[in-house]
Amino acid sequence: MGRDLEKYLRPEVKSTPFCPGCGHGILMNLILRAIDDLQLRMDEMLFVSGIGCAAWIPSPNFNADTLHTLHGRAVAFATGAKMFNPKLKTMVISGDGDLASIGGNHLIHAARRNIDLTVICANNMIYGMTGGQAASTSPLGALTSTTTEGNIYRPFDLCKLVIGAGASYVARYSVTQPVSLIEAIKKSLTIEGFAFVEVLSTCPTQFGRRNRYDSPTDMLTMLKESCISKQEAEKLSPEEMQGKVITGEFSYGGT
Amino acid sequence: MTSREIGGTLSPGFYYFSGNEAVAEGAITAGCRYYAGYPITPSSEIMERISIRFKDVDGVFMQMEDEIASICSVIGAVWAGAKAMTATSGPGFSLMQEAIGYATLTETPLVIVDIQRAGPGTGQATRVASGDLMQAKWGSHGDYQTISLCPWSVQEMYGQTIDAFNLAERYRVPVFVMGEEAIGHLRERMEAKPTVEIFDRAKKPGAPPFGTNQDDGVPPMPAFGEGERLLVTGSTHNEFGIRKTDDAVVHANLVTRINNKILKHRESIIKTEPYYLDDAEIIVVAYGFTARSSLFAVDRLRKEGKKVGLLRLKTIWPFADRIIHQIGRVAKKMFVPEMNRGQVRGEIMKYVGCDVIPYNQTDGDIIHPHEIMKQVRSLL
Repeated sequence: MGRDLEKYLRPEVKSTPFCPGCGHGILMNLILRAIDDLQLRMDEMLFVSGIGCAAWIPSPNFNADTLHTLHGRAVAFATGAKMFNPKLKTMVISGDGDLASIGGNHLIHAARRNIDLTVICANNMIYGMTGGQAASTSPLGALTSTTTEGNIYRPFDLCKLVIGAGASYVARYSVTQPVSLIEAIKKSLTIEGFAFVEVLSTCPTQFGRRNRYDSPTDMLTMLKESCISKQEAEKLSPEEMQGKVITGEFSYGGT
Repeated sequence: MTSREIGGTLSPGFYYFSGNEAVAEGAITAGCRYYAGYPITPSSEIMERISIRFKDVDGVFMQMEDEIASICSVIGAVWAGAKAMTATSGPGFSLMQEAIGYATLTETPLVIVDIQRAGPGTGQATRVASGDLMQAKWGSHGDYQTISLCPWSVQEMYGQTIDAFNLAERYRVPVFVMGEEAIGHLRERMEAKPTVEIFDRAKKPGAPPFGTNQDDGVPPMPAFGEGERLLVTGSTHNEFGIRKTDDAVVHANLVTRINNKILKHRESIIKTEPYYLDDAEIIVVAYGFTARSSLFAVDRLRKEGKKVGLLRLKTIWPFADRIIHQIGRVAKKMFVPEMNRGQVRGEIMKYVGCDVIPYNQTDGDIIHPHEIMKQVRSLL
């Protein structure tokens, strides 16, 4: 992380909570870069997170009001805080299991209400903190501690889900696309209404080692190679689309 | 506590409210300005009235997607500075239990009104019971203390809702108003007095929000947006909210303090009402709607010259163990009628040596006075 961003961190927090090679450290950096670019004041910000590795991005690291909540319920807690005090610039940062599985109902209802929240979903496709179990976002065939012969269920397309529920702004980028991701986070913080950014992240400890990505770099390379733009996707056949993920902005201003 | 005019919210005077309407008015009078809920019989009228009346007082009403979201958004609003509540019935109260534990560990003041209906399961949604008392005590995991009140009239649905907010703010703890369907839907006269006593959250900028060296055990409570850069977490934390999930001393001290801050103040929290206890040989112990039937029965039996008394429990948790112990030493027998399978009778038996005779009715109906008279006569 750039030293100029250290001013956004709690001085008493000295170490990262993340495993070596975890993509969440990159995401933490990019969120703070977006906040710095927008010159937002940390005293006016509220960061809400659930349970899991990604929930530790803001809590206790960010030097602002932080609310570390129950598993799956971050969006519901954030709804109460934001509705009672609309001056709080409220950002939810949590993982795919937290926001989309156990908390999926709160996510779609907050999008439906189009509440002025920013939700950053760090999607590493697995339950990292609890030991690498399959998630609702694990790819078909993924090896996890609960799918030792390969995941047989299709993963959620979180962006489609949240667009369907009525969000104002929806984007997906990977931690390997830092410039686009910073811009997307900035838009998510400035747009009125419900904004959702799915961030494809890496879990070398739980996902990588079970799925033959032998180093953190291998995982990042895999992400980099699988992410394509909407324009690129239009040129590919369904067979060529296998294993690819479309990144970009999917919904802006309710369109 | 400060004395406050209620005029801005409800004109002083007499009203013919249902119990559920009285809860909504009591909440508004107490300063509640955030309500989140989900429809459930027999409590929905509370939410319906709040949704209308909050327009008069600039309150924020949210109908959420479920009871879990309701209680979680209440906690979020409380940390944003609100006095906040939700209301529900058994199935919804079950869904809220995890967040209740979170509220005890984060010391979040809030009020839940549980209009109890006949369970378990979906049970009988429109019929009465008082089967959630042990759930109010033990429903969430781990060791914690909360406060539960048991109203017996529409007047008390109003008054105890105000009390519940004051207790929640005073001790930074969830407080439950354990109503019953029969009180929620009962309509009778109640009075709104011109002034009420209101306790507002203690603030002390810069002080640790999750620890105190004071004997009182209740730290001051800041809100989001006040520049305190709060760390609120449901994990074990030190006095500044920093997670300490492998520190034995921090965990032991935190759990001890959040329990003791209630238990140390139990004598000022617990409220009971004695009737004819001085020379009573048989003492009826009752609460909620059943206490109304019991008082009617005891009055009649006294007119017949029978030495029967009644102890009404206005609060259930923390339990009125001292007074129960005292009267247990003079009573020959105690009689405990309940609309459950003996939840409070079991608690009483921990503290007395005399016979404690149960009368358990779980048929979805109230316990009628004549039944109590019949049962007590058989004990004389």
